[in-house]
Amino acid sequence: MTTTTLDFDTIKTQEYLVNMGPQHPSTHGVLRLVLKLEGEIVHNVDPVVGYIHSGIEKMCESLTYPQIPHLTDRMDYLSAHMNNEAVALCVENALQIEVPDRVKVIRTIMDELQRLASHQLWWCVMGMDMGALTTFFYGLRDRELILDIFEETCGARLTLNYSTPGGVMFDIHPNFQKRVKDFVKYFRAKLPEYNQLLSGNVIFRERTIGIGYLSKEDAIAWGVTGPSGRASGFACDVRKHHPYSAYDRVSFNEILRTEGDTYARYQARVDEMAESLDIIEQLIDNIPQGDHQVKMKGVIKLPEGEYYQRVETARGELGVFIVSDGKKNPYRVKFRSPGFSNLAALNHMSKGAKIADLVAIMSTLDLVIPDIDR
Amino acid sequence: MNQTELADYIGILFPEAGITLGSQFPTIEIPSEKLIALCLKMRDDVNLTFDYLFCLSALDLSDHMSVVYHLESTKHGHCAVIKSHTSNRENPVIDSVNDIWPTAGFHEREAFDLLGIRFNNHPDLRRLFLDDSWGFPLRKDYTDPARIVER
Repeated sequence: MTTTTLDFDTIKTQEYLVNMGPQHPSTHGVLRLVLKLEGEIVHNVDPVVGYIHSGIEKMCESLTYPQIPHLTDRMDYLSAHMNNEAVALCVENALQIEVPDRVKVIRTIMDELQRLASHQLWWCVMGMDMGALTTFFYGLRDRELILDIFEETCGARLTLNYSTPGGVMFDIHPNFQKRVKDFVKYFRAKLPEYNQLLSGNVIFRERTIGIGYLSKEDAIAWGVTGPSGRASGFACDVRKHHPYSAYDRVSFNEILRTEGDTYARYQARVDEMAESLDIIEQLIDNIPQGDHQVKMKGVIKLPEGEYYQRVETARGELGVFIVSDGKKNPYRVKFRSPGFSNLAALNHMSKGAKIADLVAIMSTLDLVIPDIDR
Repeated sequence: MNQTELADYIGILFPEAGITLGSQFPTIEIPSEKLIALCLKMRDDVNLTFDYLFCLSALDLSDHMSVVYHLESTKHGHCAVIKSHTSNRENPVIDSVNDIWPTAGFHEREAFDLLGIRFNNHPDLRRLFLDDSWGFPLRKDYTDPARIVER
């Protein structure tokens, strides 16, 4: 991909360093990028992270297992429910507890609602990064409806804290099914608007097609997962390949594309929203009766050993690695957060692009900074 | 390959590796001087092709530091875990796998930052989250009277 027609043998521009961030609007949080530029061509991107490092892994070592999910809300706050669920599943698997079907189905529906809310926010902010302010209002308008459902279900709109080891915190609200069905019907009609507004826009397409190419081999080697990896053809959907909760009883397509550019990553997420609606529709009328929690012991102690759980958040593969020495606190907890690995590939993807392209590439990686810094 | 086949296959290639089965993933313990040879074989052998390193964790085991590599093959679909450890806890050193799986670069910087493990041949080993004045907070003997309150 060449982005310039200048003959660099005759015209030399000095290479210089520019700080982008930590308070830059397109870094969506406190991320600093040290750019090595020649003119406006990016030669190197060095991400500087840690501005909001909160030591979650260290704190987990002195907390009990039911307390840990509360902290995971604060990592990737747009995928709060998946983060809770990852810890809950890891503890349940370690104790070999089978949760009731009702819990599995509720968790799966909540996962997909959360994914939709996250993708809606990503979509509206992506438009804004590209200079299209209208998308911001469209996205937030629809996301509000999901947050209202969350509020009614568990009292929180962002840090849900809903999945706990052994089940979910509360049973669903009597209105839940009706409201979710109303939302699915509403959003099915609205989703084509998303495509009409942005996907076909000439300026948007010019700025995204062919920009920030990532091959399938590189996506695997750099561990780029989620819609960003699948846009390069890396079949990495944990829901499909290592199903958990109720994902083994629903049918959905893993959105795979081959282009690997910024537009493919964009389209992968928009297509994924339709898949999420399909999953919700298959489950919402079939929530089994039963308890919303398993009776757990007052003090949960995991048997000595190592436990790993993978889930698919809106950004990619989240891994929870718990090392237990048999006490009520874990010996070590490691979160393999999707944003962390995706950010590592940013330099590789944006070499040779322009600064404006870098903003587009960063948008489609869908970075959430607390997810990276933890 | 299933876990048993995998264990047999790797056991023939690397007789010094200790392989345990029965848990979630087959676990291969390898002395640190053989780590790079094993990792290269794991990635390049046509029957193994572990091309996707999905997690790299480090932990302080009070007499040494341990590094745990979680691997998956996107071609064959099998997973495995490699474990290796440093001989010295106070000044831990181990070889970097950044050249084999580039995603390891960031994870190794994190391990260096939080546990003080130095990775040989890492192209850019700097602290990631904290500044140079901090200790290594994930070490078990780390103390910080101002910020850690004992209950």
